[in-house]
Amino acid sequence: MNLVQEPLVFELSNPGLVGCSLPNSDVPKAILPEGLVRESLALPELDELTVVRHFTRLSQKNYSIDTHFYPLGSCTMKYNPKANETAAGMAGWRNAHPLAGDANSQGALELIYKLQSSLAEIGGFAGVSLQPAAGAHGEFSGVLMIRDCLKAKGQTQRVKMLIPDSAHGTNPASCTMAGFVTQTIPSGKDGNIDLKVLAAALDDTVAGIMITNPNTIGVFEKNIAKIAKMVHEAGGLVYGDGANMNALTGVFKPGKSGIDVMHFNLHKTFSTPHGGGGPGAGMIAAVAELVPYLPGPIATRKSGKYALFMPENSIGRVKAFYGNFGVLVRAYTYIRMLGAEGLRRVAETSVLNANYLRARLEKVYKLKYTRSCMHEFVAMGDIEPGIHTLDIAKRLIDYGFHPPTIYFPLIVPEALMIEPTETESRRNLDAFADAMLAIAKEAKTNPELLHEAPATTPVGRLDEVAAARCPVLCYRG
Amino acid sequence: MPFIPNTEADREAMLGVIGKKDIESLFSDIPASRRFPRLKLPEGISELEVLKEIESMSAKNLGSGQAAWFLGAGAYNHFIPSLVPALASRGEFLTAYTPYQPEVSQGTLQAIFEYQSMAAELLGMAVVNASHYDVATALAEAILMAWKIDEGRRHILLPADLHPEYKEVVKTYFSSFDVDIVEYSGAPESAPVDALTACLVAGYPTFTGEIYALEAGAKKAHESGALFIAQADPIMCALLKSPGAQGADIVVAEGQALGNPMNFGGPYLGMMGTTEKLMRKMPGRIVGEAKDHEGRRGFVLTLTAREQHIRREKAVSNICSNQGLVMLQSCVYMAAMGASGLRTVASLCNDKAHYAAARIAEIPGFKVLTKTFFKEFLVSTPKPAAVINASLAKRRIVAGLSLSRYDASRGAELLVCVTEMNTKAEIDRLVAALKEVSA
Repeated sequence: MNLVQEPLVFELSNPGLVGCSLPNSDVPKAILPEGLVRESLALPELDELTVVRHFTRLSQKNYSIDTHFYPLGSCTMKYNPKANETAAGMAGWRNAHPLAGDANSQGALELIYKLQSSLAEIGGFAGVSLQPAAGAHGEFSGVLMIRDCLKAKGQTQRVKMLIPDSAHGTNPASCTMAGFVTQTIPSGKDGNIDLKVLAAALDDTVAGIMITNPNTIGVFEKNIAKIAKMVHEAGGLVYGDGANMNALTGVFKPGKSGIDVMHFNLHKTFSTPHGGGGPGAGMIAAVAELVPYLPGPIATRKSGKYALFMPENSIGRVKAFYGNFGVLVRAYTYIRMLGAEGLRRVAETSVLNANYLRARLEKVYKLKYTRSCMHEFVAMGDIEPGIHTLDIAKRLIDYGFHPPTIYFPLIVPEALMIEPTETESRRNLDAFADAMLAIAKEAKTNPELLHEAPATTPVGRLDEVAAARCPVLCYRG
Repeated sequence: MPFIPNTEADREAMLGVIGKKDIESLFSDIPASRRFPRLKLPEGISELEVLKEIESMSAKNLGSGQAAWFLGAGAYNHFIPSLVPALASRGEFLTAYTPYQPEVSQGTLQAIFEYQSMAAELLGMAVVNASHYDVATALAEAILMAWKIDEGRRHILLPADLHPEYKEVVKTYFSSFDVDIVEYSGAPESAPVDALTACLVAGYPTFTGEIYALEAGAKKAHESGALFIAQADPIMCALLKSPGAQGADIVVAEGQALGNPMNFGGPYLGMMGTTEKLMRKMPGRIVGEAKDHEGRRGFVLTLTAREQHIRREKAVSNICSNQGLVMLQSCVYMAAMGASGLRTVASLCNDKAHYAAARIAEIPGFKVLTKTFFKEFLVSTPKPAAVINASLAKRRIVAGLSLSRYDASRGAELLVCVTEMNTKAEIDRLVAALKEVSA
């Protein structure tokens, strides 16, 4: 960690410098439109080396998978193979234009087609669109597909989407954007959907249900087939949130178990990097009945040539062009390297690693749900009076670990949501468990260490309330 | 097995700690009949083999490296300085998550703050968010933002000359809501603004490259209580008055041009900025300055009460993952170019486009239709533009976009884009080839 305060790029500016050499013009000077000429442009001016040092130093103020164990629950912070980057950086992709026409884009269309097919097979679905740019974008697409499919059946009174209380916030937010109202379904004692509550909610205004499986407490929705049957019999459809698909590749096919439409986060399960917030890819998969509604265009193969087409009753375009293509290249590279056997081993090991950590911690960090977990588990951080999850999280930083997801899911108080992923060795898991247990001891003997943590970072805990009250969102000279 | 660093002995020992006899027993919640299905996928292959396979696939595209390239239409062939990918691909940036733990994410957070600051200056806005998926979705969300201020104002005015794919995305985003999307032609001030108008959208420039001054349109929108939204070319904004300076309430832009490869259409960068008055209604992540207990400056995600993880169904948008790394590339690009570099790039585009347009206009049968333009202009062609494109592609010249791609009735119109990447010699080759194939 670089602890030295780094000035803002504006504070490094020295007017007259430029960080890139550009050619002289080889054509006559053209005029600019009258009345529209811009007088001033107050961007910083720096030499190339200053820019390089500035951003290198900034990078050293981050924890990342490449530098630290990053057990962020529901985010699947697995190793992002460097081969993915080599593949995505090839000139044939970088320089490809989205409107060059099918004939000039056969390589890109082949990759899209093959990735569509692979993902459909992994999920047990009939068709896939790679258009959505992120998980939430896939959810939005999927619920629009449900809306249009129901509309085609004359079921326009179905305006309500059911969402378990353990769901990600994007689920209800996506429903609102698709014109649905939402109803929260509380979880039962075992962390699964309460079937009695569900049965009572299933009237003829229900469009469907959004299910994350494994759910955000890290347990498998045991009754998934039964739930799907109940919803289908009531005239609704079932949406699958694939955020936690890393537990299921080669283990379980959602499309064969009652899920009608589902997104996968390629930036989680399929090892594409998170990039400090994105870009992701939230491809959407559907069973045969819903395939005609997929967002498009999607790729197809006819007499040896690849081409793009819009599905018959498509919800339309959800972004310009064809999804986050560079991310798709990375996911395809990963799937080709692992194959079927590797993907199953991924899921198995992610579940093994999570259960191992859980076993090492559960005596000290209590669990609200004690069933064996899938790829992640949720512990609670209130291990001593006056100690909160936030304190544990911040103290972990001093031990050189990125904290788990905290205070989510909302149904577990003081939640610490831990997802180790399959790419961590037993040695790394042990080091993390040892740190967690050492912190629990400190909580008894020296709680100030926790309250004052982190002590080893460029800044301490920041005053977020003040930052939101009087926002400074731009450099102000 | 690649990327799984546990040996068989490790697995056995770990199962022992867990108290299970085998891996399969960890999956007992999954009904046995549905457990471990066969995946019909090709067998996994080595890194060496995969990279060879993908290299040969990628070589089947015709890209800007292999041809004189005059195709833009939403994806632009600009120069990317070497330091941009070198810095943005550092693992500490590449493999970090969304900066929810600010103490260990100051690198990402400060970079976002710097991007917000530079982009706000370029677009002339008080605040810019941390990114949308692309300009099409940024535009759709900007219009949603304007409409949600007063859902009774149900008229949305779009320029007829908006990128057809952006139009379709806006329609998808509004497909659940009772609004009228009305298209207008010509300058934004000629749009039929009325008391029910939520927002007036203008291109700066339009899809076919026409530059209209925005001030009169913004004034007209404001007089009726509507918002004015501009979709801008960020590079053009280095030379011409920003949309903010002309009264825009929300500006969106495609940031791909700022240091990102064309990449067959993604990942791109949806830029969105707004005024101080509207910042709490803007979707997307925003970074703000904060202090720690010792008074040290740091940065945090802020105004999160707008967002889905706090507000769930009442959030201003569902956006969560965004285009962080693409934003970082644009941040590094703007820092490296600075004011003078960006102005040089913009001048080169403007000069070369005008040279190309003047030369094309001299060819019998060709006419330049765009009156005031920057780097992209529309040409009417004596033969179908698609036919011209096909024969020029054989000479390794990609002449532009035939508008027939989106509208069959516009087969004799070619949208030509010229950037700093095109030399005079390339432009002369284009002109000679156009002359020859249409003779």
